[in-house]
Amino acid sequence: MGMTNGVGQKSSSRRVFFSCVGLLLSATSLLSCNKKSEAAGIPAPAASGAASAAPAPQKQFTAGFIYVGSKSDYGYNQAHAEGAKTLTSMGIKVREEENVPETLDVQKTMESMINLDGASVLFPTSFGYFDPHILKMAEKYPNVIFLHCGGMYTEGKHPKNVGSYFGYIDEAQYVAGVVAGMTTKTNKLGFVAAKPIPQVLRNINSYTLGARSVNPKVTLSVIFTGDWSMPVKEAEASNSLIDQGADVLSCHVDSPKVVIETAERRGVFSTGYHASQAALAPKGYLTGAEWNWETVYKDYVTKIQKGLPWEHLVRGGFKEGFIKMSPYGAAVSDAAKAKAEEAKKKFMDGTFLIYSGPLKDNAGKEVIAAGTQMAQRDIKLESMGYLVDGVKGSVH
Amino acid sequence: MTQISPVPTSPAGASGQAPSARPAQGRAARTSLLKKFEPLLISCASICATLLLFGVFLVVDGLNPLDVYEVMFRGAFGTWFSFQNTLQRSAPLMLTALCTALPMQLGLLVIGGEGALVVGGVSAAVVGLSMHDAGSYTMLTAMLLAGAISGGLWIALVGALRAYRGVNETISSLLMSYIAIALMNHLVEGALRDPESLNKPATRHIGDANMLGPIPGLDVHWGLIYGVVACLFGFVLMKRTIFGFAAAMTGGNMRAALLSGLRVRQLMVLTCFLAGAAAGVAGMVEVAAVHGRANASLVAGYGYTGILVAFVARQNPLGVIPVALILGGIGASGGLLQRNFSLPDASVKVLEGILFMVILVSETLYGKLDLWSFARSATARKSAQAGAVA
Repeated sequence: MGMTNGVGQKSSSRRVFFSCVGLLLSATSLLSCNKKSEAAGIPAPAASGAASAAPAPQKQFTAGFIYVGSKSDYGYNQAHAEGAKTLTSMGIKVREEENVPETLDVQKTMESMINLDGASVLFPTSFGYFDPHILKMAEKYPNVIFLHCGGMYTEGKHPKNVGSYFGYIDEAQYVAGVVAGMTTKTNKLGFVAAKPIPQVLRNINSYTLGARSVNPKVTLSVIFTGDWSMPVKEAEASNSLIDQGADVLSCHVDSPKVVIETAERRGVFSTGYHASQAALAPKGYLTGAEWNWETVYKDYVTKIQKGLPWEHLVRGGFKEGFIKMSPYGAAVSDAAKAKAEEAKKKFMDGTFLIYSGPLKDNAGKEVIAAGTQMAQRDIKLESMGYLVDGVKGSVH
Repeated sequence: MTQISPVPTSPAGASGQAPSARPAQGRAARTSLLKKFEPLLISCASICATLLLFGVFLVVDGLNPLDVYEVMFRGAFGTWFSFQNTLQRSAPLMLTALCTALPMQLGLLVIGGEGALVVGGVSAAVVGLSMHDAGSYTMLTAMLLAGAISGGLWIALVGALRAYRGVNETISSLLMSYIAIALMNHLVEGALRDPESLNKPATRHIGDANMLGPIPGLDVHWGLIYGVVACLFGFVLMKRTIFGFAAAMTGGNMRAALLSGLRVRQLMVLTCFLAGAAAGVAGMVEVAAVHGRANASLVAGYGYTGILVAFVARQNPLGVIPVALILGGIGASGGLLQRNFSLPDASVKVLEGILFMVILVSETLYGKLDLWSFARSATARKSAQAGAVA
């Protein structure tokens, strides 16, 4: 542009100025828009990529709990929901969704909680949510913390924003077994189980070992129903076990409701699992192996609120407060109570291990050699594939 | 054209029939127009009635139905994420709905889509695992075929039992589902079990590189395309081909179909095969796009929700697509209902149940809507007769 026309130059430079201002304005407005949408929709991101390495404190946040069944199932899901309920007193918002199958549905539920509820910590509680669902979502949302129940985290293999916790509930099953062994008149116990997988076998074996530790004449019959929630089969199995002479029933299924109610109706004793079923069987309920997720959840939330690093793999038994016993029922004798408390005390002290040799399976094969002791964290216990001596049943 | 038009403008009039045929012909044209819109009209009315009834349920629960429906809409279609969520959930439903909708053309009520899905999923996994080095495209094609053929044979067996032995297909398909699930459990806990799958028995993984990915630009897997294509194929087959005509004829009156020489038995078996193939593909997609392996997660109830979809769509393969979207949307927003209003999950079941019942009741309305046009054409006929007398 020449210098001949001063006015023209002035007006053109003004135009440039205004267009610059306009651009700036629109840019800032866009930026502020972005910021707004971040604040509204996307959860507060932790300061760095690795959530546990240098996490920013989050005083208030939304935690999303996902359950595979009904949260009032007197079982697995209720135990988690009871734990979740205790968190509301800690100043965080809890959002829950139940009956979410282990399919793409759970991935969409997690995303929906993140995108629509602004959740920054998720507790997908079912074992089967982990692979591939949690792993996939954890990669997609690196700023969200995923805490899974199952104890499946492997360092270096799984994303850093994933944690996994689990409890050694077989300790509680051992104590319940002690009570059952002291109470039975027929020396026959019955156990209704879902699937012959390590976690279930470990409970059956611990229960049996507990019972036989106080009453060596005891045998336990087990029936596998084939799946986690099969109310009709669970009722049939319970009746069949009672018909065979069992006078104390226990179980490992998602909801013990049917087993406990059937036992009560047939006038035999029962010990519970997951949560307390005492209300379902006021006469025959002896005690039960319960989760105490409150401990785990409060610990995680406190650490996240304070910005402290949290552990990726958390496991514990009686000593760590991860599990508890249902209060003793009316039918439990003082002698039984004393024996049970004695066993529980040994777990609290850490002076007792359930799995120590020599131990034979129910086909007479030695599975743990004499002199070998297996601590709860022993990796071999994670792939248990046998039923101990004294159990009537087969894993196949 | 109006019914009192004195000049015959249609072949019916031109062919020299009695004069009384003229108004009847006009009525037929209007009824056919009404008939075209009748399904749409009744379906929309049913959905409105459902919302109304569910609204009463919500009011009893102390909630404002409008708030709830607003949240449901947001959860199902309101945001891009929600809409993709809905699309994703509708994909398996389209395929399993066909498992009921196709045999229904022949008057067969097959409710065993769940079993065909499981069989298709397990076969797809087995085939996928057996050809691990073949490259992902070959492998996925083989898996697709395996899923379709095995699922197809599973339901074809139901069709054959009905056609040749007179076994009730509703009962047999349901029972076959239980067999399929038991078989699957037996296999993944036994012969096919990945020894590393300790507490959740499953087959080995087909490999991340071989998985069926998302549709480009969307966060939705290819199962949606399979579903839409299958529905379109089902529609063309059943409504636009001789095969479909034969099926409709069999469904309308089996004896007449037999008398006119149709091969009813083959028709039954083949249709059931196609129906099962659709559900089998749904199982393959679950394995290839979601889990990477076959395990108990295949039993997620898609087969049973598919029955609902087929009925709401009035067994029309094309109608399955929008209805699957609605059901997918209910599924997508169901979680928000729980989280925002702390309603139990059962409330979504109540909504689906009400929808199903209303649709079943609305079936009785078909043809009854003609009352209105019938009355009018009756007066029209009178005036036409008066005109003829004059």
